[in-house]
Amino acid sequence: MEKIVINPVTRIEGHAKITIHLNPDGRVSRTHFHVTQVRGFEKFTEGRPYYEMPAITARICGICPISHLLASVKACDEIMAVRVPPTAAKLRELLHCGQFIQSHALSFFHLSAPDLLLGMDSDPARRNVLGLLDKYPDIARDGIALRKFGQCVIQRLAKERVHPSWTVPGGVNAPLEPGAREEMLKELPGAKAIARRTLALFKSVVDEFQEEIENFGTDPTMYAGLVDHGGRLQLYDGRIRFMDSEGTVLSEVDTPASYADYIGEASLPDSYLKAPYYKPAGYAGGVYRVGPLARLNVADSCGTPEADHEFGEYHQRFGRVVQSSFQYHYARLIEALYAIEKAEMLLSDPSILGKHVRAKAGVNALEGVGIAEAPRGILIHHYRVDEKGAIQWANLIIATGHNNLAMNRSIEQVSRHFVDGSRLKEGMLNRVSAVVRAYDPCLSCSTHALGQTALRIQLIAADGTVTDELRT
Amino acid sequence: MAQKVSIRIDGEYVGAKEGQTILEVARKAGKYIPALCYMEGLSAVGACRLCIVEVSGVGRLLPACTTPVQDGMSVTTNSEKLARYRRMVVDFLLSERNHYCAVCVSNGHCELQGLAQKFGITHVHYGYGYPKMPVDLSHERFVLDHNRCILCTRCVRVCAEVEGAHVWDTASRGIRTMLTGELNRPWGAIRSCTGCGKCVQVCPTGAMAEKGWAVEEMTKRSDSISWLATQRGGRE
Ligand code: SF4
Ligand code: SF4
Ligand code: FES
Repeated sequence: MEKIVINPVTRIEGHAKITIHLNPDGRVSRTHFHVTQVRGFEKFTEGRPYYEMPAITARICGICPISHLLASVKACDEIMAVRVPPTAAKLRELLHCGQFIQSHALSFFHLSAPDLLLGMDSDPARRNVLGLLDKYPDIARDGIALRKFGQCVIQRLAKERVHPSWTVPGGVNAPLEPGAREEMLKELPGAKAIARRTLALFKSVVDEFQEEIENFGTDPTMYAGLVDHGGRLQLYDGRIRFMDSEGTVLSEVDTPASYADYIGEASLPDSYLKAPYYKPAGYAGGVYRVGPLARLNVADSCGTPEADHEFGEYHQRFGRVVQSSFQYHYARLIEALYAIEKAEMLLSDPSILGKHVRAKAGVNALEGVGIAEAPRGILIHHYRVDEKGAIQWANLIIATGHNNLAMNRSIEQVSRHFVDGSRLKEGMLNRVSAVVRAYDPCLSCSTHALGQTALRIQLIAADGTVTDELRT
Repeated sequence: MAQKVSIRIDGEYVGAKEGQTILEVARKAGKYIPALCYMEGLSAVGACRLCIVEVSGVGRLLPACTTPVQDGMSVTTNSEKLARYRRMVVDFLLSERNHYCAVCVSNGHCELQGLAQKFGITHVHYGYGYPKMPVDLSHERFVLDHNRCILCTRCVRVCAEVEGAHVWDTASRGIRTMLTGELNRPWGAIRSCTGCGKCVQVCPTGAMAEKGWAVEEMTKRSDSISWLATQRGGRE
């Protein structure tokens, strides 16, 4: 029996296992995507004061804590039934831009660029950010610089990079210093130049990936993402828009609290990751995707000049509704540019320096729902409290959850196309993990597990023996 | 008039008056002895055992906050052994209940956490108990989170001795000891509570806090009992 173990290539955030089952003739019969580790936090939060939720939930994810913070404080705002001061809302959005920039930069340069630039079949030992640094030092340096810019935005606002406590229910806890604003505005053009360069680079290589584009989860699905009243891309606050695979808008969720009318949650066998679906279409037909690809599909425009230009070109090349999950990469880069432009707009608005940044109140409503886009897609925090403000129940729906069904399908599709059991090649399994990376799932937070874990792919022969295993 | 005595602290001669405790004399002489349950202006109870010192000729360690000075006494405030025992005390306090500093309102301003940092405690050496502890959110402005209570009884004493309300007490014994208010009522229903907030201010940890503060936001002022005595919970 042949058994190859490829170990370790750490390029994914989270913990999951993919099993690929083969027919006796060595062809793929079916695939399974399981998320195996769970350390529930629901029990832990029961009875805690609601205003601790932002800090608690931000700790379930080290990669996009700010998205959790924002969804959580928005849910708390609702429990307090306050209107967040406009300056505070802008500052939160600015913080969110910083998060998108750093997260998208990480995803693209550290997790995906090695595959894209060094090649899917290149030496796995070098197919990482160090290999990239070796062969394309300028690109790798760009990646580091862009990520740093996003982190600096966060740091200047929140004074703390990883789990800022600056975002609080009712607003933020300190206004923006004029000096910090100046510094951000000074660094911004450099970041914008990187985003432009990277997009140009991506566009120059994208055509080399025809086979991947055609096989990386091209099954049409619905899409969901936040937009404003004008249909423009929104990251911090907006209405969830659902669109079908043809580009028809199916519905828009007016108030956060009514999300449950549109989103059902199914439990899957052998996986702790729940599978949300578009309720009106039912479980089988309601598969939708979220995240960069979905956001750029549902939005009519971005609302910032350069990103809109790229948005136009992107849709011209790949159609009004872009179906291939491979294009998550492309969409992510457009969004990075958008986030930089949006940050610039927010910083240029004089009211960003306003001093009134926090509304205070006690418990005025017993339920609160907060919805924001995380870099990987829609994030929903839903809490119920008693009159004293003690959490009675909490539900989080996370980007990777929304994508669960679609990701399962993509894995199956990629496996069928690239995996052939009679010949084992590293590049095949790498493509399977690459499709997972295209979705950029954040698995530790999807299962509310604490800490970092990894992806395992197993190839299982018809007689049940494991013939190959890859850990990333 | 109290009689003058002379003692040695870490080898230095220090003048003191009869009736003073080792901790009082040491502090006045500028010597550092860690303490958690002790607060100047309140009676000393010797509950936390952080202030232990060595006294020559005495076979066991003594709490500085409750041990009166005696003429000719020689006290050691710091040694390998003391450091080990003090670390153990903090270790026990951290493992006994549920301290998740990262999500605590007092993170960064907590006396227990401060001591852990000072002693270089990066992780706890005893198994966590994970006891299920209630959080009392019934008071309009304050919250009592038993998960973070170290039973120092500073709140009990400030309430009884300074405010004169004597709302708080401890109930049960040993590991089951719990802080309790007015015949075990929820805080919001306690009629003898004046709402002055003194207990919140003296609580060394995040166990008592004002409501609504996010993580790290609760700062307290327990440095001066005379300042505390003037506090009327925001009312005249
Ligand atoms: S009370 Fe102090 S030691 Fe306990 S969790 Fe809060 S900060 Fe940490
Ligand atoms: S509530 Fe605070 S002050 Fe009172 S006993 Fe507990 S830790 Fe000490
Ligand atoms: S300070 Fe002396 S025993 Fe606590």
